[in-house]
Amino acid sequence: MEKTVNQKAWFLVLPVLVLVAFSAVIPLMTVVNYSVQDTFGNNEFYWAGLEWFSEMLDSERMWNALSRQLVFSAIILAIEVPLGIFVALNMPKKGFWASLCLVLMALPLLVPWNVVGTIWQIFGRVDIGLLGYTLDKIGIPYNYTQDFFAAWATVIIMDVWHWTSLVALLAYAGLQSIPDAYYQAAKIDQASRLAVFRFIELPKMQGVLMIAILLRFMDSFMIYTEPFVVTGGGPGNSTTFLSIDLVKMALGQFDLGPAAAFSIMYFLVILLISWVFYTVMTNLEKREGA
Amino acid sequence: MAWMAWTVPTAIFFCVIALALLTFTVLAIRYPETPRLGVLRIETTRGDRLFITLLGSAFINLAWLGTMSDPQWWALILCLVYATAVFRWV
Repeated sequence: MEKTVNQKAWFLVLPVLVLVAFSAVIPLMTVVNYSVQDTFGNNEFYWAGLEWFSEMLDSERMWNALSRQLVFSAIILAIEVPLGIFVALNMPKKGFWASLCLVLMALPLLVPWNVVGTIWQIFGRVDIGLLGYTLDKIGIPYNYTQDFFAAWATVIIMDVWHWTSLVALLAYAGLQSIPDAYYQAAKIDQASRLAVFRFIELPKMQGVLMIAILLRFMDSFMIYTEPFVVTGGGPGNSTTFLSIDLVKMALGQFDLGPAAAFSIMYFLVILLISWVFYTVMTNLEKREGA
Repeated sequence: MAWMAWTVPTAIFFCVIALALLTFTVLAIRYPETPRLGVLRIETTRGDRLFITLLGSAFINLAWLGTMSDPQWWALILCLVYATAVFRWV
């Protein structure tokens, strides 16, 4: 019997398509339109061609923000992914403690971003914050409003505090899905703990880790609220990441054209890196499966 | 639509992309895609190659704008060469 081909189910995705068009595609098209024009308000636009793109490509400010952003994303990925896996490996597998751990791990994820920023802004203050006060008393110089290193450390530790649990929860879900038979086989072969991790747990976690890395990369690359609340991009420009710089340009200076050109380049970089991550990971998965 | 600040060049730009997507959808329905391994050693379908072409072209254009003083048309020609290479070998 021949299977009937019915493609009508595609109509069921229409609402999502409309929603994405309104929330993403149309705004993005508008940004492209803005990027080739100049405006002085009143919805009046003047053709500028590729001028803003040239200006942005020559702008030291943009390159600096981009390099700060790349360094930031690389550092937090290098910390959060191994740390998340380590936490997941050490979490209880079942029972009361497993549930408690899950709830505790999920807590930081529920805190709104600006609240996380405020918590750390106060926590790090030398006069009233527990962290700042303690460090100051034991003689470690720490002032995130004036010192470049302290500002970076605060922003990175804050991100690790906020998001490592996401990686841990995803890795934990991956670990839970490994059937016992694998561990039994490893035991029969007298595999070391490291070998179990390398040849059973890590390959089995690959799918969820791919999602974790992608999510953490994209989120950290777009980070705005937390560093904005804690350091406001300072001291100087040392924690001015791409989106902070972009908002300064678009809303602070109302330079819509350059800001639009900047956002398009920002979007392209995210798209490229995410695509590379995704392709590498899915191809590794296929090769492992083959 | 006035708030979207449309211009003729950007309208043409989006029409070309929409047309490319439409063409590739029709092609995918008429001649179903089969993934293949290319020089990058990754499996790509026709749609993937279109994506690689479009994304790469954006970067070629930006690189040209940032480094060369010649007109942007040359970058577009370079993109066509790049597209041919992607569809042939990737």
